[in-house]
Amino acid sequence: MENYYIWIPLAPLLGAIIAGLGGKWIGRAGAHTVTILGVAVSCVLSLMTLYQQYWGGAEPYNGTVYTWAVADGINIEVGFLIDRLTAVMMSVVTFVSLMVHVYTIGYMAHDEENWPAGSRAGTNSYQRFFAYIALFTFSMLMLVMANNFMQLFFGWEAVGLVSYLLIGFWSARPSAVFANLKAFLVNRVGDFGFLLGIGALLAFYGSLDYLEIFDAARAQPGLTMEIFPGVAWSVVTVACILLFVGAMGKSAQAPLHVWLPDSMEGPTPISALIHAATMVTAGIFMVARMSPLYEMSEVALSVVLVIGAITAFFMGLIGIVQNDIKRVVAYSTLSQLGYMFVALGASAYAAGVFHLVTHAFFKALLFLAAGSVIIAMHHEQDMRKMGGLKKYMPITYWTMLLGSLALIGTPFFSGFYSKDAIIEAVGASDRIGSTFAYWAVLLGVFVTALYSFRLFFLVFHGKERMDEHTRSHLRESPLVVTVPLILLAIPSVLLGLYAIEPMLFGDFFADSIYVDEANDVLAVIGSHWEGVLAFTLHALATPTLYFAAAGVLVAWFLYLKQPDLPALIRQRAKPVYKVLESKYWWDEIYQYGFAGGGRALGYVLWKLGDVAIIDGLLVNGTARSIGRAAGVLRRVQSGYLYHYAFAMIIGLLLLLTFYVGGLKGWF
Amino acid sequence: MFADWPLLSLLVWLPIFGGLVLLAIGDRMPGIVRGLALAVSVATFLLSLPLWTGFDRGTADMQFVEFASWIPAFDINYYLGVDGISMPLIVLTTFSMIFVVLAGWKVITYKPHAYMAAFLIMEGIMVGVFAAMDAILFYVFWEAMLVPMFIIIGVWGGPNRIYATIKFFLYTFLGSVLMLVALVYLRFQTGSFTIADYYGIGLPFEAQLLIFIAFLAAFAVKVPMWPVHTWLPDAHVEAPTGGSVILAAIMLKVGAYGFLRFSLPITPEASLALDGLMIALSLIAIVYIGLVAMVQEDMKKLIAYSSIAHMGIVTLGIFVVFTIVLRDGPDGTGALLAMEGAMVQMISHGFVSAAMFLCVGVLYDRMHSRRIADYGGVVHRMPVFTGFLVLFAMANAGLPGTAGFVGEFMVVLGSFKANFWYAFLAATSLILAAAFTLWMVKRVAYGPVANEQVAALEDLDGREFFILAVLAIATLALGLYPAPLVEVIEPTLESLLESVYLSVS
Repeated sequence: MENYYIWIPLAPLLGAIIAGLGGKWIGRAGAHTVTILGVAVSCVLSLMTLYQQYWGGAEPYNGTVYTWAVADGINIEVGFLIDRLTAVMMSVVTFVSLMVHVYTIGYMAHDEENWPAGSRAGTNSYQRFFAYIALFTFSMLMLVMANNFMQLFFGWEAVGLVSYLLIGFWSARPSAVFANLKAFLVNRVGDFGFLLGIGALLAFYGSLDYLEIFDAARAQPGLTMEIFPGVAWSVVTVACILLFVGAMGKSAQAPLHVWLPDSMEGPTPISALIHAATMVTAGIFMVARMSPLYEMSEVALSVVLVIGAITAFFMGLIGIVQNDIKRVVAYSTLSQLGYMFVALGASAYAAGVFHLVTHAFFKALLFLAAGSVIIAMHHEQDMRKMGGLKKYMPITYWTMLLGSLALIGTPFFSGFYSKDAIIEAVGASDRIGSTFAYWAVLLGVFVTALYSFRLFFLVFHGKERMDEHTRSHLRESPLVVTVPLILLAIPSVLLGLYAIEPMLFGDFFADSIYVDEANDVLAVIGSHWEGVLAFTLHALATPTLYFAAAGVLVAWFLYLKQPDLPALIRQRAKPVYKVLESKYWWDEIYQYGFAGGGRALGYVLWKLGDVAIIDGLLVNGTARSIGRAAGVLRRVQSGYLYHYAFAMIIGLLLLLTFYVGGLKGWF
Repeated sequence: MFADWPLLSLLVWLPIFGGLVLLAIGDRMPGIVRGLALAVSVATFLLSLPLWTGFDRGTADMQFVEFASWIPAFDINYYLGVDGISMPLIVLTTFSMIFVVLAGWKVITYKPHAYMAAFLIMEGIMVGVFAAMDAILFYVFWEAMLVPMFIIIGVWGGPNRIYATIKFFLYTFLGSVLMLVALVYLRFQTGSFTIADYYGIGLPFEAQLLIFIAFLAAFAVKVPMWPVHTWLPDAHVEAPTGGSVILAAIMLKVGAYGFLRFSLPITPEASLALDGLMIALSLIAIVYIGLVAMVQEDMKKLIAYSSIAHMGIVTLGIFVVFTIVLRDGPDGTGALLAMEGAMVQMISHGFVSAAMFLCVGVLYDRMHSRRIADYGGVVHRMPVFTGFLVLFAMANAGLPGTAGFVGEFMVVLGSFKANFWYAFLAATSLILAAAFTLWMVKRVAYGPVANEQVAALEDLDGREFFILAVLAIATLALGLYPAPLVEVIEPTLESLLESVYLSVS
């Protein structure tokens, strides 16, 4: 049974290699066929794995693929841990990836137009794009299937690499190559913490293997370390917080969120795949995977909770003032990732992962629908130049509506169940920070509804604000684009209804997620569980639904009913707008504080340390002194014969002494 | 079939002999000279492979030993042998040399025979440094190494080459003179010039301290460690591409090799006493030099500084072990991991920095500029080249799956065991190396085409493609499967660690 697991990551990798290295020979059709085939194989096998793990009652699999190295008695392996959590992730990743692959055929069909004339990087860019997204799928699968931290870190950084390559895909655009460098570096700040977290685990538990670490940690729960002399900190807490720093980078949590909005410079398919559905959820997956460790540290969970809550609310607010269609969705992603972390922080890991799954579908849908709009608008992304697209693009319109309804948490839609569960769970939690988090996610519901429907109304309803040329070319996107939209809309609507009971209150995750009994908020909620319908109706009695409805209503009023009002509000509430439009000045803080500060420091160290002090004073100074000394010594060469004769005699004497001494054994 | 061949002697003398033949041919037949140089370097590399395949991975003893009396009056012997530390470095040397010959294939038109001869002779000498088991033999090779490099930079170098060569020569020569004094002292203590006889002789602490400092003067300059590093950027900038490759891939390693072969086993107590200093210098190299690298305007200088920072990881891995073994004993995990990381980092840096310099060479041969500001949008003209550049840049930034990751990962994890802050500062390399390398890539390769000259660039030719492709494969192979290398080095380092532990505990 296990022998096919290896093909799950390898199939997309092979596709990527063939399309990447052989793109010139196999052509466009060859490239998309081979990568889609690879991902399709992977998707089918992943779904099979999920079936076997959940319905088939298969035991979790934990095995080695090959030994990367045995160093210092530490077995560093490449291996898979496949249980229900992994199987869910694998299925989501490969399914969304498959949809995105198909969609890309349509989205990148005219990619040559995106390159400057004569650019050789622009030839075969279509094939290269497919190679990258297939490579991404491989990397992401390696990440979720890992059974040890070395491989996790490999996948973690490899998805970062592909993200870098894809954000900067249109490499002639200065904004794109700025954004990809920024994304990589901010992620590296996170990875810096992540690597230290791995270091802490290895140093104190002596292993890189997940299960061995869990066992070692359980065996010594009170282990402490001293980072500052005399202050003992719990090892688990330190390690969990350090690992979470990595998650903050990868999953774009404040204050390491700055790269994600800029990553929208990349082509839309990857915004859907990487920057919404899969890669950015790696942090959530990691924390859920490490639940046995996080459960040992209330402090670390509180940190997760508060950071998640801050991101969920404050990043959502920025979404309200964005005008670029993709950036609105990007800020929405930040906010929703915050929701997931809030769930994790409240020990409701299952709810976090559940929201990860539903979000993957509806957010990928929203991005791909936004991409469909962008195709129709000839790569115009400013919503102020759209409007009234409903009649031109019915499929995009309806699928986007479904996605938006799912996002804001409309009853019976998948997002409703996952988001409501998070809000209820954090409400039931008594962890430090949970009150703040509760209000943040609750108010966040209003914000989510507001920006989602602001986008929706601005794009599809109201006046047609585009120019005549664009209007004349408006039409629905081709089938390769719309079919993935429809296929993603199905789980976006239905999944929650069916999955909430087993995932949150049943034994869906079995032993793959561990929750301490004292922390198990989902069990508290589950004790009142009377079926999906009751849960849905219960929502009528909670504020959540009314917050969402209010958000939609306000959006309707401001952007359809009274479209002149936003400008007026904007004028009246200028300081608030300023803060939001400047995105709390985080970009400036990084740009001038860290990047600028680092460069300035480097410059000072170079010019003052290396050039002035070491070279100027010490090296060249020594050389000059030697020069002066040589000037003195030169006088030895006086030209007088008796000087030289004297020197020769001294030399001979020394040599003789040495020779005779050697014979007599004086030395 | 190679079991009874004097392999090490062949590896030392075949390239030197080849170099002499080239000199004899003169500059009348450049085509034959190049072909012969390539043939000799390939033959040498092939002859070094039996070292790898025939190496006994179960022992820390010297292997492929050759012994002959050389100057009996002083007990100086021609004594060669390899263990897990030196064998991989020898194979790296013979491997790198092929690319050096290929890199100078077209570009070097002034006296190609002398250029190739200098490198081949250099190759033999460097193999000798790693294989020598006699202190004087080692010293002779060590000093001889300077001469070809001096000539290579001085004759085929850039406009400011005289300053660079003098600086290079003085720095390294001053360092090694002190080492000779230390070796002579050790001779009088033990009556032998065999390096292994100096191990574990229990020298008084004061003597150890002086010897350690004498060795440090020689090795720190070569590594180079902060603050004796400023010769390297100048030497790299002025050296031809092949010279840079050898400097970065091999010559820097002899310093770190010296620490492992001499300082640690001969003066363990002094190494222990000064390990704080060594760690501090290593961490300064990582952080300070990383920041300096970021603001370089010359590609070669940038990579040179990056080399210094990466060698900081090596020296950190070597000297961090004392804290761990003293606390946890020789079996405590972490110490061996860090030391192996240092060793792996040496090899991986050999691939990656060589590849980075070769990439700069590819650009320099076309544009005759190393200034980052003269480039921009190279990808639009040279997509294949940019693919390689990004791969090597990522390796330089320590991306998992590439060679650059393995050593760094092991050293950071190992040093966490010693002290959180060592690991913390070492791990800044993750951010800094990405910042300076990828920022350079962005400015050179991406964005719109910067100027007319860039617009006229042509992509890699077959020779350049071959060089970079082989190095790319090596970089990925070591990154994806370092086990074979770790297997080779582990027994030697383990026994070194044990002997160090016995001396200091």
